[in-house]
Amino acid sequence: MARPHTVLAGGTDFYPARVGRAIEEDVLDIGAIGVLRGISSVSEGWRLGATTTWSELLEADLPPLFDGLKQAAREVGGRQIQNAGTLAGNVCNASPAADGVPCLLALEAEVELASRTATRRVPLGRFITGVRRTARAPDELVVAIHIPKPGHEARSAFLKLGARRYLVISIAMVAATLEIANGRVANARIAVGACSAVAQRLPALESALAGAPLDGRLADRIDPTHLAPLTPIDDVRGSADYRADSALVLLRRLLAGFAP
Amino acid sequence: MKVAFTLNGAAAAWTGPPVTRLAAALRNDLGLTGTKIGCDAGDCGACTVLLDGRQVCACLVAIGQVEGRSVETVEGLAGADGTLALLQKSFLARGAAQCGICTPGMLMAAEELLRRVSRPDRRAIEDALGGVLCRCTGYTKIVDAVLSASVQMPTVTPEAGAAVGARMARVDGQAKVTGRDIFGADGIPPDALWIRVVRSPYDRSRFALGDLAPLRRRLAAVLTASDVPFNGFGIYPEIKDQPVLADGIVRYRGEAVLALVGTRAYVLAVRDDEVPIVWTAEPPVIGIDAATAADAPLVQADRPKNLLLDGGVRHGDAAAAFTGCAAVAEGVFETAFVEHAYIEPEAGWAERVGDRIEIHVTTQTPYMDRDEIANVMRLKPESVRIVPTACGGGFGGKLDLSIQPLVAIAAWLLKRPVACVYTRPESMAATTKRHPARISAKFGCDAQGKLVACDVSATFDTGAYASWGPTVANRVPVHAMGPYAVPHVQTWGEAFFTNGPPAGAFRGFGVPQAAIAHEAMMDELADKLGIDSAGLAQCLDALRPGWQRAHAEAAAFNAKGGVKRRGVGIGCMWYGIGNTSMSNPSRIRVGLSPAGTLTLYNGAVDIGQGSNTILTQIAADALGLPAAQFTLVAGDTDLTADAGKTSASRQTFVSGKAAEKAGLDLRQQILRLANAGPGAVLSLRDTRLSVRDGAEVRVLDLSTAGTLIGEGTFDPPTTPLDADGQGIPYATYAFAAQMAEVEVDTELGTVKVLRIVAAHDVGKAINPTLVEGQIEGGIAQGLGLALMEEFLPGRTENLHDYLIPTVGDVPEIECILIEDREPLGPSGAKGVGEPGLVPTAPAILGAVHHATGVRAHRVPLLPHRLRGAIVSLRGTRA
Repeated sequence: MARPHTVLAGGTDFYPARVGRAIEEDVLDIGAIGVLRGISSVSEGWRLGATTTWSELLEADLPPLFDGLKQAAREVGGRQIQNAGTLAGNVCNASPAADGVPCLLALEAEVELASRTATRRVPLGRFITGVRRTARAPDELVVAIHIPKPGHEARSAFLKLGARRYLVISIAMVAATLEIANGRVANARIAVGACSAVAQRLPALESALAGAPLDGRLADRIDPTHLAPLTPIDDVRGSADYRADSALVLLRRLLAGFAP
Repeated sequence: MKVAFTLNGAAAAWTGPPVTRLAAALRNDLGLTGTKIGCDAGDCGACTVLLDGRQVCACLVAIGQVEGRSVETVEGLAGADGTLALLQKSFLARGAAQCGICTPGMLMAAEELLRRVSRPDRRAIEDALGGVLCRCTGYTKIVDAVLSASVQMPTVTPEAGAAVGARMARVDGQAKVTGRDIFGADGIPPDALWIRVVRSPYDRSRFALGDLAPLRRRLAAVLTASDVPFNGFGIYPEIKDQPVLADGIVRYRGEAVLALVGTRAYVLAVRDDEVPIVWTAEPPVIGIDAATAADAPLVQADRPKNLLLDGGVRHGDAAAAFTGCAAVAEGVFETAFVEHAYIEPEAGWAERVGDRIEIHVTTQTPYMDRDEIANVMRLKPESVRIVPTACGGGFGGKLDLSIQPLVAIAAWLLKRPVACVYTRPESMAATTKRHPARISAKFGCDAQGKLVACDVSATFDTGAYASWGPTVANRVPVHAMGPYAVPHVQTWGEAFFTNGPPAGAFRGFGVPQAAIAHEAMMDELADKLGIDSAGLAQCLDALRPGWQRAHAEAAAFNAKGGVKRRGVGIGCMWYGIGNTSMSNPSRIRVGLSPAGTLTLYNGAVDIGQGSNTILTQIAADALGLPAAQFTLVAGDTDLTADAGKTSASRQTFVSGKAAEKAGLDLRQQILRLANAGPGAVLSLRDTRLSVRDGAEVRVLDLSTAGTLIGEGTFDPPTTPLDADGQGIPYATYAFAAQMAEVEVDTELGTVKVLRIVAAHDVGKAINPTLVEGQIEGGIAQGLGLALMEEFLPGRTENLHDYLIPTVGDVPEIECILIEDREPLGPSGAKGVGEPGLVPTAPAILGAVHHATGVRAHRVPLLPHRLRGAIVSLRGTRA
């Protein structure tokens, strides 16, 4: 751990960055560390081991709170990527288009980091600090992602927009977790990915949804100004304007989907 | 590190750096080349294997992570005795393998699914195969093969005289479904040196080489332009404008500058900053407008106005005729660079054998390669031998030289085998593309919808070097009026050099771009006159019932309201088979040896489309023996005669005709020897050839008869075109019409193609399964052209930024084969390779217009472009 090194888990981001050249750097392969793998239910919520794969997540017995994250898991690459790629790897790679991040933000995930001397937990929103940048120190490993137990019954959902059906980098994606009490939204957490350097929560929209009846008019509460935290860019996949428009459309559809 | 694991059920061990990719270890060290490498980045799935029963990309797995685990590859699917698994048999019988490069990955992905679900539905199959790209098949037959994998399919083995028209499995299919087929990167000798090409990072730059001595001390050689005896190549004899290695100036990003030659690990370990090149970048000429600007810098100093060539077709007086038209439609249409995206990157190796050079390479054109290498190396053509490997997809992109001159020169100088395998980004940056086009079209018709006049001008960005630019610029004016009788025609084609990648041959040679324009014009004329565009297009009657059904269904769907709108569109096309007004002969031989071996000596390279099988079927029926008795010698320039390029949809028509003649020639010789009449029935058993003529049976003992060789040559009759472009450019034409049904999400601008019905006049379907495979694969590429594919140098040089259709993007396809016999063709057949693609984009774009009112003037119609057009059409931002 003392020397500069690259952490290798599922390999799905590591190898594509090294096409056609020799791999000469020091690599720390954490794939075989058993305690880093798997999903467990703990008193305050759930612990997703760092090297848990998307497929393992899909096959895990989890409450509806995780439906959105499972929907995202099905949209990550193809089956090969889902079988190898890890949740923590998706977070550490810190791509603006990381499919897992909006859902994890909407789940209020915390990232558990460990060094030889200490462990700490960082909210995901503060862990990813920019494009391909995180708060992980060189001597730290991400060992788990923690999902707190919500205060009420909770459901979640995810929508992704890409230019083809499979194996596609998102143009925009949206995730929501709604806590529900007495047929109303007790708490809402909404996040949008691929429309800013780091996926963003939308606090104004979350406030607007709080207390709303869970019915077909939920989507009517969205106002375009709620998307102010987004800073979409033009790239080969789409224009900035299109991204902003699409995020709005996707959010409306996402919320409409929560109606009973 | 020593890694112990289970490989296809047996204990295996591997020693080396644990970070080595599993794919590399399997292929390079464990001898299992059935696992293919298409991208090394998890984008294509060709290397899919099972790890503890789960499908993974072997290019993304550190071999250190397989310690103690189970790895299964395609080589493990068949039984120990070689008996194919049901899944493999199903792939064979259904025609699910074309070129075969994705087949191992597809099989392993399907295997994972079938172990969990014995009879999966289509949706589950698509989910399971979604991570494996196929560029040949359009996925239809692959999905069918997995759907029917639990059913034992009967083997089709036609009897003598019944091969033509039979749905025979590919004669080379067994090797493709078992992983034994040897592609460009699969047969490289272990002691071969390796080439890594250093390429230009600039669109346009001058450069100076620094002191190469330090690099040369570390490596076996560093080749520069001065090592190339004649440093220019190109398709046309008089245009050898592309250097093998650039000499002081580069004209596109990705152009080859140096070749580092050494052991593989050594050349890969050279860091970019250790290569001493001083660049002086210059403002590049990007796009047609920049190339044609009054003060445009020249891309090639001796090419005034950056013009490669121009020319057109004139008939009647179009300008005058428009004034009398009842309706006139006009539009300008633009297309982008499109990448072939074959799943097998360029690969091969060379070795010097005495004073000859032998090159094993994935190619579409062994004889052109031979002559080109001879020219570059200043050798006689006879001193060059091209041995084509299996070709993992070509589509026109493997008609130009890539690795051939580099490995040949290095192997010649070093007297050691030398190999080169392009990486995916290298393949995409360095090799040819479909020409970007700007097509201005104007069509006019009378009040009944009968076409009167057209004026079409097509301007092409031909990139930095000529490549096949002249072919495109010549072919398009001939086809630009579409498959319609138009009395007054004016068409023009012109191609300009830019600092883009060389635009070359790509399935259709510019005609797909032109078809987008002429079919949009047909739709608009029909709209203006208020008539049904299927009527105007005089499309094949076969589509009419479906057309009415599809319109009714779309209308019913749209009546429900909502943000999704459905539409129906049609695309028609014609396509001249073979070269445009140029000789393109094929010669095929059929031999019967004293040992009784019946051999098709076939110089026509099968790049997945199936010519090995088609030519066998044709030759078998011409000769009168069962196709199953043929063995195949394919491609090798030392062993086969020149059957031309696999391009221009010519192999069935031209080489097929030669194969028919060769079969007939051998039959004549046999009948003469047996003194039998023309209706005699042949049968071959070991060295005994029986000839039954009526009641009389004569038996020839081949062991004493000497070798019999039948030979056939065919060159389609054409004439040169005069100054007005009039003459006989092609001996025959394919015709087709396709209908697309789409659903547009008007809020997101996304298009889902629901269904395509494709009616193709193929003359005679020699093998209907293979013909359908060409159409389905062409449709997938046409869908990509319409909706998602745009190559941008430096930005989309991989298969996750450059998107091609996945299994989930290609709709249900219904093929209707029209067999209107072509008198010149073998058994009446003509070509279908390119025609499958040409009408697809027009049909899809027409359907989008029907659904939304948006006429696409620029493809690909990416979601943000379509959404933008919908918004501006409605005049308000929704």
